Amino acid sequence: MPLYLNDEQSMLRDTARDYVAENLPVSHMRALRDADDATGFSREAWKAFAEMGFTGVMIGENQGGLGLGHVEAGVVLEEIGRNLSPSPFLTTAVAAVAALEGSAQADRWFAGIIAGDTVAALAIDEGAKHEASVGLKAERSGNGFRLTGSKQFVTHGHVADLLIVAARTAGSADDEAGVTLFAIPKDAAGLSASAQRLTDASLAARLDFQGVEVDADAVIGEVDAGRVPLNRLLRAGRVGASAELLGVGGGAMDMAVGYLKERKQFGALIGSFQALQHRAAHLYSELEVARAAVLKAQQLLDHGSDEADAAVSVAKAMTDMAATLAVQEGVQMHGGIGMTDEYDIGFYMKRARVLSEMFGDANFHADRLAVAAGY
Amino acid sequence: MSAGLDAFRAETRAWLEANCPPEMREPVRSDADVCWGGRHFAPSSPAQQQWLERMGERGWTVPDWPQAYGGGGLSPAETKVLREEMAAIRARNPLNSFGISMLGPALLKYGSEEQKLEHLPKIARGEIRWCQGYSEPNAGSDLAALATSAVSDGDNYIVNGQKVWTSYADKADWIFCLVRTSKESKQGGISFVLFDMETPGVSTKPILLISGYSPFCETFFDNVRVPKANRVYEENKGWEVAKYLLGHEREMISGMGLRSGGGNPLIEGAIATVGLDSNGRLADPLLRAQIALFEVRAKAFAAMSERFIDELKAGKAHPAQPSMMKYVGTELNKARSELIMAAGGSDALEWESERSNGGTDARAWLRTKANSIEGGTSEIQLNVIAKRILELPGA
Repeated sequence: MPLYLNDEQSMLRDTARDYVAENLPVSHMRALRDADDATGFSREAWKAFAEMGFTGVMIGENQGGLGLGHVEAGVVLEEIGRNLSPSPFLTTAVAAVAALEGSAQADRWFAGIIAGDTVAALAIDEGAKHEASVGLKAERSGNGFRLTGSKQFVTHGHVADLLIVAARTAGSADDEAGVTLFAIPKDAAGLSASAQRLTDASLAARLDFQGVEVDADAVIGEVDAGRVPLNRLLRAGRVGASAELLGVGGGAMDMAVGYLKERKQFGALIGSFQALQHRAAHLYSELEVARAAVLKAQQLLDHGSDEADAAVSVAKAMTDMAATLAVQEGVQMHGGIGMTDEYDIGFYMKRARVLSEMFGDANFHADRLAVAAGY
Repeated sequence: MSAGLDAFRAETRAWLEANCPPEMREPVRSDADVCWGGRHFAPSSPAQQQWLERMGERGWTVPDWPQAYGGGGLSPAETKVLREEMAAIRARNPLNSFGISMLGPALLKYGSEEQKLEHLPKIARGEIRWCQGYSEPNAGSDLAALATSAVSDGDNYIVNGQKVWTSYADKADWIFCLVRTSKESKQGGISFVLFDMETPGVSTKPILLISGYSPFCETFFDNVRVPKANRVYEENKGWEVAKYLLGHEREMISGMGLRSGGGNPLIEGAIATVGLDSNGRLADPLLRAQIALFEVRAKAFAAMSERFIDELKAGKAHPAQPSMMKYVGTELNKARSELIMAAGGSDALEWESERSNGGTDARAWLRTKANSIEGGTSEIQLNVIAKRILELPGA
C-alpha cells in the first residue's frame, strides 16, 4: 500500500477541508472565546458535523457508520487543526469509538455518536504530565464498582454525555495488569467536574470521584484487562492528536509563508531575505517528515500491524516537535503583529501547546520508544 | 492488495530464499563488502559475484527499468514488494552504482535509443563503473560557472579542463561529464557528454581527506577527444540533463539518513560503553535522551523516504522534493555519527587500533561531514525549497 492518500481519501480530505473552513473557521473559535462560552464548542455545529457523516467515520457500516479508519479520521482532524475548530470529534468519534469498538458498550453509545447527540470525554490523566500509570481506585461494590480518586485534563469533561474512565481494580498504579476501563454516563452520583479554561480557550475538567457507584455493565471489555481497550483508545487518541497537530502546524506555516510574501521592510519583501527563507524551508521539511510519520502510523493501525504502536509514538513525538517549531516560527516571522490578540497566529501557538501535552509529549514518546528498544 | 501482487510477493520471496547466498544477508562491515562492479571489479567473495550475476540476470539490480535495457520491467508496486522482501531477509544491495542511481535515470529520459541500448544494460549487469564529472575548482555550489571546455572538431569535441571531487574517478571506467560548449550563456552553454576514462588525455589524482581515505579525485582533461555521438540530449542543453540527474543524486544521498542492515549500532554502541542502569535504561540519562529524540527523527524520516519513493513513482512528488530529502537525510546522518562518537567516548577516537576496527566510527564520522556539501550543500537545498516549493520571492 503506497504511503499517500488514495483517491477516496483525497476526496474526503477535500470535502472536510471545504466544510471545516466554511463552518468552523478560526473566527468561530474566536467568537466562542469572546462570548466566554461555557460549553467549549457549539452543540449546533457538532450536530451539523454529524449530519455530514463525519462522526461515524470509524464506526462499522453494520452499526450505521462509514466503516473507515484512522487515515480517514486523520484527514478530518487535520482540517480541524488547521482551522482551530473547537470540536469533540477527537475524544468522541475517534478515541472513545476506538475504546468501545467490539465491546458490549458499542451498541449503547454508537447511535448517539453518529447522530451528533453524544459527546464523550476521556478521563485518563491523573497528574500534570501524561503517564502510563493508573491510580484512580475502583472497588467491587454490590453488583458493580465504586470509584474513588481524581482525573485532570479531561477535555469536554464538564459537559460530556459519556466518560471513559481508566481505573485500578487490582495491583498498584504502575502495574500493567489490574486496570479496568469504564463507560460512565454523565450525572453519576458522587462525580463532580470543575471546568478549567486552558491557554487555548478550550475547556478541560478536573474530575473528582467520591465513591461513584457504577453497574458491572459499565465495564468496557474485561475487568482487570482494561489495558486492551485503553491501548486502543490511546493509539487512536495519539495518532489523532498528531493529525490535528499537523493541521495546526501546517496552518501556522501557511500563515507565516503568506506573510513573508506580503510584508515589506528595507524596500523589499521580507521573504526575499535568505535568513528567513532558510528557516521557512527547514520548517517545511520538518512538517513533511511529520506528515509521513503520521500517515505511516495511521496505515499500520488500520492494518492491525504489530508495528503500529511504535509508529504511533514516532508520529506523536515528531508532530509535537514539528508543530512546535511551526508555531514558534509563525509568531517570530510575523514580528510584533504576531504578539497581538487580534491576529490569529497566536491562537495556533496556544493550540499546539495543548495538543503537545495531550496523550504524551515528544519526551514521553521518545522515552517510551527507548524503553521498547531496550535502552 | 491485489491477488496478482500477492502472487508476485510469494514468488519473489521463494526466489530470494533460493538465490540470495547466506553471506549476502550479513550486514555490510567494510568497503570490501560493497559491490561496485566495473571492468576492474575484484569480488571479495564468490557469493558477492554470484549475487550480482543472479540479480543482474533478472534485471533486478534495476527492477523498474524496462527489460529492453537490462531492467526487470517491474511496476512501482512490484518494485516496492521486491525491496520489502529483500529487506525482510536483510539482503545486501547486489550492486552499488552511480550508473544506477544517477546516469541511468537521466539516460532513460534524455538519451538516444542507441545510447540507452549501449549503456543501460552494462550498468544493469555491473559491467561498467561510472563516475560523475560535475564540480570544478571554481564551480562548486555555483555549478553552472563550470569552465571545462569542449571545442567542436568535426565529429568530435576536444575537451580541456579540470574536475574535482570526482568520486572514485580512479576506479571508474566511464565518466558522465558537464562541459562548456558555449560562452554565450552561463547555463545555456553547457553540454552533457559521456566518455571512456581510458581515452588519451584523461588523468586522475586522488585527494586525501580528513577521514584518511581518498574517495574523491581531481580529474584532468588534456585534449581529450570525445565523439559528438556521445553527447546526451542537445548541444548547450546539458544543464537540463544535469539538474534532472542532480535530483536523483540527492535522492540517493538522502538514503544515507536511513540505517540499513540489522541491529542499531548507535544504541548497541551506547549500551556497550555506558551500560544500563537497574531499570534497564542507558546509564547516562542525557545521552539517552539525545539518542531517543534522534531515533524519533530517524524513524520518521524512514517513513518520509517510503512516502517520497511512493509519490515519485506515482508522479505525485514535487519536482524539488529531492532537495528536501537530501537536506533532511544528510543532516540526520551527520547527527547520527556525532552521537555514535559521543557514545563511543575515547574508545572511538583510536585511529588505527584493532579495538576501534581501524578507526571505523571516527572515519565514518568525518566522512559524513561531506554529506551536506556534496550534491549541493544543505544551504543550496534550502534555497531550492524556499524558491521552488514555498515560492518565496527570488533574490
